[in-house]
Amino acid sequence: MIRLSAHEMASALEAGETTSEKLTQEHLDRISSVDADVHAFLYVDTEGALAQARGVDAARKNGEKVGPLAGVPLALKDVMVQKGVPTTAGSKILEGWRPPYDATVVKKLKDAGIVILGKTNMDEFAMGSSTENSAYGPTHNPWDLSRIPGGSGGGSSASLAAFEAPLAIGTDTGGSIRQPAAVTGTVGVKPTYGGVSRYGLIAFSSSLDQAGPCARTVLDAALLHEVIAGHDTHDATSIDAPVPQVVKAARDGNVKGMKIGVVKELNGDGYQAGVRSRFEESLELLAKAGAEIVEVSCPNFEYALAAYYLIAPSECSSNLARFDAMRYGIRVGDENGASAESVMNLTREVGFGREVKRRIILGTYALSSGYYDAYYGSAQKVRTLIMNDFTKAFETADVLVSPTCPTTAFKIGEKANDPLAMYLNDIATIPVNMAGIGGMSVPCGLAPEDGLPVGFQIMAPAMQDQRMYSVGAALEASLLTEWGAPLLSRIPALGGAK
Amino acid sequence: MSTLSRADVANLARLARIEMTDQELEDLSTEMDVILTAVARVQEVATSDVKPTSHPLPLRNVVRADVVTPSLTPEAALSGAPANEEQRFRVPQILGEEA
Repeated sequence: MIRLSAHEMASALEAGETTSEKLTQEHLDRISSVDADVHAFLYVDTEGALAQARGVDAARKNGEKVGPLAGVPLALKDVMVQKGVPTTAGSKILEGWRPPYDATVVKKLKDAGIVILGKTNMDEFAMGSSTENSAYGPTHNPWDLSRIPGGSGGGSSASLAAFEAPLAIGTDTGGSIRQPAAVTGTVGVKPTYGGVSRYGLIAFSSSLDQAGPCARTVLDAALLHEVIAGHDTHDATSIDAPVPQVVKAARDGNVKGMKIGVVKELNGDGYQAGVRSRFEESLELLAKAGAEIVEVSCPNFEYALAAYYLIAPSECSSNLARFDAMRYGIRVGDENGASAESVMNLTREVGFGREVKRRIILGTYALSSGYYDAYYGSAQKVRTLIMNDFTKAFETADVLVSPTCPTTAFKIGEKANDPLAMYLNDIATIPVNMAGIGGMSVPCGLAPEDGLPVGFQIMAPAMQDQRMYSVGAALEASLLTEWGAPLLSRIPALGGAK
Repeated sequence: MSTLSRADVANLARLARIEMTDQELEDLSTEMDVILTAVARVQEVATSDVKPTSHPLPLRNVVRADVVTPSLTPEAALSGAPANEEQRFRVPQILGEEA
């Protein structure tokens, strides 16, 4: 049962072939047997999940109308607050904290009858591309346990690839949904900025952060997308417009007559050979499916990474000021009449990890008087140039595509001491966040040289998220015909697996 | 580009309210040099004719009617506090003893 898609699980529940309680228990058993090796979860909410599952079963038995994913389990990234359930955002500073309220996304999941299994591991405050920056130890890629599962949402992507959950929630500030999806052979979607409420999402970079669905199939991602999306009065940046029809697009998977633009600047030098060959093959399949492939140029994308590493740290240095040891989280050094300032300094020294401190310092510098125009101000101008590049490219193409990441999953520890090398992982995903548009990563095969998954990125204009699902579903269907079975059927068995 | 001395990093850490060890200050000043050199590339294209963008959406103020809606109880609001007293957050002294 655990290897089915979420959609298939939902059908089995609907047909009365199983119950949510049984399905949830199967996933909890799977977590018990493999998570010591994978470490996708920071907290497993056994009792809460089973209680929720029994509630859905009872509702179904009573003939109540339930949602299309009711009773299906999900893994929640630990950056989303869930009432009464430990939430750390991968940071020591929030160790032991139990939020007093539910994020809007969490409320929508609960209302839809989706069973929340637990909280998944992540780079501290979502800052990183490998999950190595978690204060609670790294997550391991189920394809090869010595490798990273991507980041910051490595726990969510690994839980899907390890069949610990069929659905997960991620958040994407510079690629934290799409890059983990790419390196684990799963599907990850960053919706249009403002498409999903940020209320209850612990903020890293408010103008870039966006929550989205993670799954093993494009249709599953679409079903979850429609559950969590929509206007929310608790988030002033939430878009008050109908949710794009992503489920319909995922079911149709129609790309006939669609113009697909290959971004010249997001390919070539610096991209692994196997990543490039899988990407090229996918383009051929899409052309066969009836799409027209064109080349587009976005010359300012080469400055996106530099601009991102000024904007994101600047916003983070401001957002993370809330961790002041006064209202929640840990408090260090509150003794012998110590001052509030001294307690703050000591708490933040102990509570924050190395990458978080690095970014706070960088952001503090970029925003300081005398340097503001040269750094933060210039980065904001680059943001305009990137948006202009997208606008122009979308005049000739309906969607844009590229490899999701320049390489497949690297070894744990390989880039841990080289922040710039680590930042390069996000080179193809960052432009999407800068412009606030939608982006999706779909698995497109294994790189021949290392046998590891490669991701295919699809980008669509703001609030045209359905276009990504059309292309993603078309590619997924074509590849399935080629392969005869989903990519994840080729993943090695995990130790202790049944 | 400007390089950051250890003293500069110490000042930034003070502004950001993070106590740092000597080793951390040392490491960060080296790392900041490398990172700042890389990110300074934005200046190559950030010419005076380009308008800055702070946010992907056209921002406007969002208001709602001033009506009382359910919110957290004092107990719930204080539930995560490191210390509380008489339904309030208890914080270390902010002003000196003599103030």
